[in-house]
Amino acid sequence: MIDTSVARSARADGEGGAKPAVECISVQKTFGRLQVLDDVSLTVERGEVVVMIGPSGSGKTTLLRCMNHLERIDSGELWVNGHLIGYRRTVKGLVEESEAEIARQRAEIGFVFQHFNLFPHLTAAQNVTLAPVRVRRMPRAEADANARELLARVGLADKCDTYPRQLSGGQRQRVAIARALAMKPTLMLFDEPTSALDPEMVGEVLEVMRGLAAEGMTMVVVSHEMGFARGVGDRVVMMDAGRIVEMGPPERVLDQPQEERTRTFLSKVLH
Amino acid sequence: MHFHWSFFTHLLFSPPSSFVHGAITTVYVAVVAQTLGVALGLVLALFRRSRRVPLRIFASGYIWLVRGTPLLVQLVMVYDGLSTLGVYSFNNIQLLGISITGVVQAGILTLSINEGAYMAEIMRAAIDSVDRGQTEAAESLGMRRHQAMRHVVLPQALRIVVPPLGNEFNNMLKITSLLSVIGLQELFLAGQDLNSATFRTFEIMLVVAIYYIVMSTVWAAIQSVIERRLEARGGDLVEHVPLRTRLFGGGALAATGQLMRGAR
Repeated sequence: MIDTSVARSARADGEGGAKPAVECISVQKTFGRLQVLDDVSLTVERGEVVVMIGPSGSGKTTLLRCMNHLERIDSGELWVNGHLIGYRRTVKGLVEESEAEIARQRAEIGFVFQHFNLFPHLTAAQNVTLAPVRVRRMPRAEADANARELLARVGLADKCDTYPRQLSGGQRQRVAIARALAMKPTLMLFDEPTSALDPEMVGEVLEVMRGLAAEGMTMVVVSHEMGFARGVGDRVVMMDAGRIVEMGPPERVLDQPQEERTRTFLSKVLH
Repeated sequence: MHFHWSFFTHLLFSPPSSFVHGAITTVYVAVVAQTLGVALGLVLALFRRSRRVPLRIFASGYIWLVRGTPLLVQLVMVYDGLSTLGVYSFNNIQLLGISITGVVQAGILTLSINEGAYMAEIMRAAIDSVDRGQTEAAESLGMRRHQAMRHVVLPQALRIVVPPLGNEFNNMLKITSLLSVIGLQELFLAGQDLNSATFRTFEIMLVVAIYYIVMSTVWAAIQSVIERRLEARGGDLVEHVPLRTRLFGGGALAATGQLMRGAR
């Protein structure tokens, strides 16, 4: 099923050293006839902030969703923190992991959705405590204290007992970030976290993300916020038609793009 | 024969004990059967969404059989049919100090079996109507599939179920009158018995009808309170339907009810 690289396997079987946070090796994925990811290889080092840009349908969201196995990959390998994500190596090749193991892997990876996906029947604090209590078996009082602290950190100390519907879009997204952080993830994935927001709310969410990056969180962000990419991103990855077109430091990719497709895309986004 | 006013008013305001007991039985059977039907419906809905093929086939087959046959036929089969075959006879039993007659057991059992099939479809529609993103969010936090279902999807689905569930119970209250064919002494049969003694058919059935409408009106008011409370607690998941709409029809509730129920 999967073409494996000997060098990579040796490393990932894990003899010490700083393994990269994320390592994609020749990842392929199709939806029916559509090739959404075409031979994508990408390494994200620990503490790095990678911003993925590209036109819609370019595969950037799909790649992000593969990183916590919300989508399956057809071939290639995807390592997170030194673990094959969603798959297990057997003599017959890679097979999908058990549901329990996939859940364990996901617990280490925070995911922030474009449309927040807060639980509408729970208050902000309950949204944050649910997974620590149910997954980590954390005592409720401790989880609650943590939740209040996290919500204070994203500037929502006074909204702990508020239901999502009573919050603005920007506030909802900040609760969603706090919810992901409550699991103490080592990697945070953001899927267009500000594109469903009114313009005046974008800043408050980016501010929280900027803070996270400053604390050294490893982040992969799908976003069209060029200011954020420039100011916070260590690297920008430009995708188109399921492939990585080019990547590099923001000033190079955004200011002196080498590829015509990047130039065309940027001219559309910036104007 | 003309309309006998004093017979009517006397029956309405000081009913014989058979009427009072009949009405109590109607409510009691309806409540128990609806509760069991909801539980059964939930299990069947989860079966239908299971990854295990036999469970899915079982649930689909069950729903197909039960919804494809008349309740009246099911009732006679369960109570009289099983007994004449010598498979099972419903005898009176004592449960928590209350004596439950065989016919009540058979009635409750059959109504629950029947209601379970309809509730399963309503539950499944409700579960499916919860945004897929909710499950994804729960799973992205490391929750197992069953945990996501229990803590995230079901609480939202149950809120969505409340309005159609109210409709189902309203229907259940009246459908208990079919139990008269197996001789269960509920409100309608109490009326029939009095009828065969007096032949005041119209007056008696008018009183019976008034009793039913009082029960369903009280239920509509209770449902209204439940929904308002849910609305206050939980998000904008349940649209509030004014009591007037609930009683006289129209609006979104009637539409969902029809949609989810299908032809019975």
